[in-house]
Amino acid sequence: DLSTVDVILISNYHCMMALPYITEHTGFSGTVYATEPTVQIGRLLMEELVNFIERVPKAQSASLWKNKDIQRLLPSPLKDAVEVSTWRRCYTMQEVNSALSKIQLVGYSQKIELFGAVQVTPLSSGYALGSSNWIIQSHYEKVSYVSGSSLLTTHPQPMDQASLKNSDVLVLTGLTQIPTANPDGMVGEFCSNLALTVRNGGNVLVPCYPSGVIYDLLECLYQYIDSAGLSSVPLYFISPVANSSLEFSQIFAEWLCHNKQSKVYLPEPPFPHAELIQTNKLKHYPSIHGDFSNDFRQPCVVFTGHPSLRFGDVVHFMELWGKSSLNTVIFTEPDFSYLEALAPYQPLAMKCIYCPIDTRLNFIQVSKLLKEVQPLHVVCPEQYTQPPPAQSHRTDLVIDCQPPATSYRRAEVLTLPFKRRYERIEIMPELADSLVPMEIKPGISLATVSAVLHTKDNKHVLQPPPRPAQPTSGKKRKRVSDDVPDCKVLKPLLSGSIPVEQFVQTLEKHGFSDIKVEDTAKGHIVLLQEAETLIQIEEDSTHIICDNDEMLRVRLRDLVLKFLQKF
Amino acid sequence: MPEIRVTPLGAGQDVGRSCILVSIAGKNVMLDCGMHMGFSDDRRFPDFSYITQSGRLTDFLDCVIISHFHLDHCGALPYFSEMVGYDGPIYMTHPTQAICPILLEDYRKIAVDKKGEANFFTSQMIKDCMKKVVAVHLHQTVQVDDELEIKAYYAGHVLGAAMFQIKVGSESVVYTGDYNMTPDRHLGAAWIDKCRPNLLITESTYATTIRDSKRCRERDFLKKVHETVERGGKVLIPVFALGRAQELCILLETFWERMNLKVPIYFSTGLTEKANHYYKLFITWTNQKIRKTFVQRNMFEFKHIKAFDRAFADNPGPMVVFATPGMLHAGQSLQIFRKWAGNEKNMVIMPGYCVQGTVGHKILSGQRKLEMEGRQVLEVKMQVEYMSFSAHADAKGIMQLVGQAEPDSVLLVHGEAKKMEFLKQKIEQEFRVNCYMPANGETVVLPTSPSIPGGISLGLLKREMAQGLLPEAKKPRLLHGTLIMKDSNFRLVSSEQALKELGLAEHQLRFTCRVHLHDTRKEQETAMRVYSHLKSILKDHCVQHLPDGSVTVESILIQAAAPSEDPATKVLLVSWTYQDEELGSYLTSLLKKGLPQAPS
Repeated sequence: DLSTVDVILISNYHCMMALPYITEHTGFSGTVYATEPTVQIGRLLMEELVNFIERVPKAQSASLWKNKDIQRLLPSPLKDAVEVSTWRRCYTMQEVNSALSKIQLVGYSQKIELFGAVQVTPLSSGYALGSSNWIIQSHYEKVSYVSGSSLLTTHPQPMDQASLKNSDVLVLTGLTQIPTANPDGMVGEFCSNLALTVRNGGNVLVPCYPSGVIYDLLECLYQYIDSAGLSSVPLYFISPVANSSLEFSQIFAEWLCHNKQSKVYLPEPPFPHAELIQTNKLKHYPSIHGDFSNDFRQPCVVFTGHPSLRFGDVVHFMELWGKSSLNTVIFTEPDFSYLEALAPYQPLAMKCIYCPIDTRLNFIQVSKLLKEVQPLHVVCPEQYTQPPPAQSHRTDLVIDCQPPATSYRRAEVLTLPFKRRYERIEIMPELADSLVPMEIKPGISLATVSAVLHTKDNKHVLQPPPRPAQPTSGKKRKRVSDDVPDCKVLKPLLSGSIPVEQFVQTLEKHGFSDIKVEDTAKGHIVLLQEAETLIQIEEDSTHIICDNDEMLRVRLRDLVLKFLQKF
Repeated sequence: MPEIRVTPLGAGQDVGRSCILVSIAGKNVMLDCGMHMGFSDDRRFPDFSYITQSGRLTDFLDCVIISHFHLDHCGALPYFSEMVGYDGPIYMTHPTQAICPILLEDYRKIAVDKKGEANFFTSQMIKDCMKKVVAVHLHQTVQVDDELEIKAYYAGHVLGAAMFQIKVGSESVVYTGDYNMTPDRHLGAAWIDKCRPNLLITESTYATTIRDSKRCRERDFLKKVHETVERGGKVLIPVFALGRAQELCILLETFWERMNLKVPIYFSTGLTEKANHYYKLFITWTNQKIRKTFVQRNMFEFKHIKAFDRAFADNPGPMVVFATPGMLHAGQSLQIFRKWAGNEKNMVIMPGYCVQGTVGHKILSGQRKLEMEGRQVLEVKMQVEYMSFSAHADAKGIMQLVGQAEPDSVLLVHGEAKKMEFLKQKIEQEFRVNCYMPANGETVVLPTSPSIPGGISLGLLKREMAQGLLPEAKKPRLLHGTLIMKDSNFRLVSSEQALKELGLAEHQLRFTCRVHLHDTRKEQETAMRVYSHLKSILKDHCVQHLPDGSVTVESILIQAAAPSEDPATKVLLVSWTYQDEELGSYLTSLLKKGLPQAPS
């Protein structure tokens, strides 16, 4: 029930594509927190998605296939799809805008108080512009949520690891999809395959998202094309948000790596694609219609979406170039299986190169990170605790930590393995002044506290107790029940033991005579024969049995208390 | 007694060379490090000997914070860090870090190359100084050390201007730098949350002014410019390269476009293009409208405004020229002013505040015969207009910010003493907080009483909360517990837990009193009578009659026994622990009075 969710923390722009479904139709009324680049680029990704889908309007929509009995009869992989009944239509731009308007913008290392009870802080995760890990902490507990992080030096600000230290629990997710591929090697392969194809007069198609890795690819090409003698080959970037994406990338200097940041101080645009555009090497178009058809020259390199090859302008290029073996499609986005993406286009003459570039953490980096950060417990999705099904012999492809990670599955509720013991409290200076500490052991002092607890917005403040009201001079005759003592004045607990001999001496000093001491199994009995009083003294208890003589009892009480410590 | 100490080394009852020392909970922070435009001797920089007489700057200061790139807030920085010597961190926002060194270099050039000053900081010193800078994001909490943290808030005023919160434990100070509470054509309004600092240090440039609406001033400005160029006059607008200049450019650009005017507008070269570029790259720091439309049309790419060449000043015909610097104290703006001053058709519009001693200040105060260098006397015939486009908060804005932040006290800097006095009274009246306005070198001491943070065991807290929820508990309840203090770590736990933690056994002190009653009935009946008697009196307490014949009041046990020697007397044994002392003592005295006569 999403109406019970108070807060949504967004890690990066890929992790917010479903946000309109939550904020618009579920009764969710909490707050969403995200960084500014996350929101702006997230908006672009959603805008592209909505635009692509709306280009292919469907007069009718079929929904009978969602019925379980019918789904069962469909061919694989359709029949194996899970929870088909929850599948929804794509949202509209209106819903996107409404959803995004509900997001609160935050900056890295900003401490955000939630209901006075916990504090959340986004930290740079190094994966994408504005991508964050989150720390959720109270004064005594700290949970880190690490999602989609990268230790590689690409364009975003490097990952903040130091702030993750001292976590009670570290939730780890969003690791690389391709743990066996090295992103740097893949970039090299990408460039060489691209050069090879273009030299042979073929075209290169790069299905991609409109933001993210494409910035790095363009930067690589910027350095590569001149040395490879390809500077005359046009680069086309086709997306409804191509222009916005390129422009936005230049204004988030504060979220970029140090190298790019210092460029802004010159002042120069942080990404070299500004120069590619200026020199007409890179051109961008909202779609293949319009200007693009006039400017289109082959051979060329086209960056366009959607990487699933199911919709968007990429479909046209697959059909246009698929029949020639001169052309190449290069898959760089790791989110989709390239074989499945290509399935409907088979048979295909064009070359297919798979160089997935996923900069997120691999398992070796994870072990390094965990050693560095040393969380008490690690929690992660079940998949990361066993080798991938396709490579079941690769036992190195799991999270390795001590104690073993706690795993979770979809829709499972997990109790985090720590117990809350303390909460923050503020002691008012007036109260602190009135306390009388007493050193019990070296370095440890105690003080008994009687105070008024004020709790507001989950903040606790101890204030000095109100002064006892002055007894009103007795105009009214007190009724008996008025005298009933207020049991709210609590007596402290006692500790210690009473040395019998000294106690007897003290009694004598205070005028008691005729004292007899008897030994018992557990202690002593002190008899005050004159007063018909019996005091049983044991290791940790004292029992005074006397006649109803309040004066006497109080005297004895005070003598006993002298030997005991109060708490 | 803990206290916060504030000493302005500059900007105390003055505008210029902002530099304020703050000591809070044992940490020393320097806020801004500016120069004074009105002086060219030692007085242009703050007097750092106040600190250095007792030691090195680096040892004394925990950090330096620069609020924005105006020279009266950062102009002394290279002198301070490289010549006096400071190696600690200097905090500022990204745009400030980008633009600050350029303005410093510009300032250095004018001072050294044009005025020929010796013993001034060098370009290398500016570079070395900037290496000590740590850039901060808006709202980022920067941990300077384990205890001291700072946080930047958006201040409007100029690109990258920020207000800073300085916090140690539960004590905090907010320094506003210069700020603007109304959004303008290119920047947003300052904003701060209700952070309730112990002290708010605010600028007070316009302490007594309440400005009319921005729209009126803009219309006025455009009208004056338009009228002058219509009748063939030249308009000179002295500005600083960054800030007001961009706002007025946007204003004129849109006006020219709308009115389809052809009169040339120039912007004195040098910084201009670079400056506009900074605005383009730091567009996230501008206002909502510009940020939204920048992909389609970047407001900082001007069509009508062209670069100025020195030769243009002698061109015939009307023109509008933006020239630096803004107070007519040196450089291109002063050169053009000298050329045009003699013609009554021309106009100079001063869009901002002018520091005493500058030409700008002189002509604004009505002086029409100016003594220039070389004993020349310049007669000013051109029209002189003043329009307050300075992006400072006016009196209303300052009050608004005080209301937003809810400080315990306010301290005024960066303003004129007389005006401050007025604002001080107003703040004290309206917010009922203390307001200070120290002069340079004068120290304000504010005692604080920070509460002491500690932990409370969840068990104790939950117990208290559960009882606090009972409807009868309207009056304040007392919480009892034991505070364990170990290495300056405070934890409040229930007394039982404290004993357990320290490995101490509880010592139970129990009393049993014999109360003799005259009663001939059987023990059980006596007990029954005791029960009904107590039940009728102790309405608020739990009185029970147990099956074994004993009576309990809360945890106090009462048993009736018959001593063998006297059947007419019964002995009540009342037994309680020390924790029930009051109730036990009360019960015995109550029972001593005897039981009411039983109904027969």
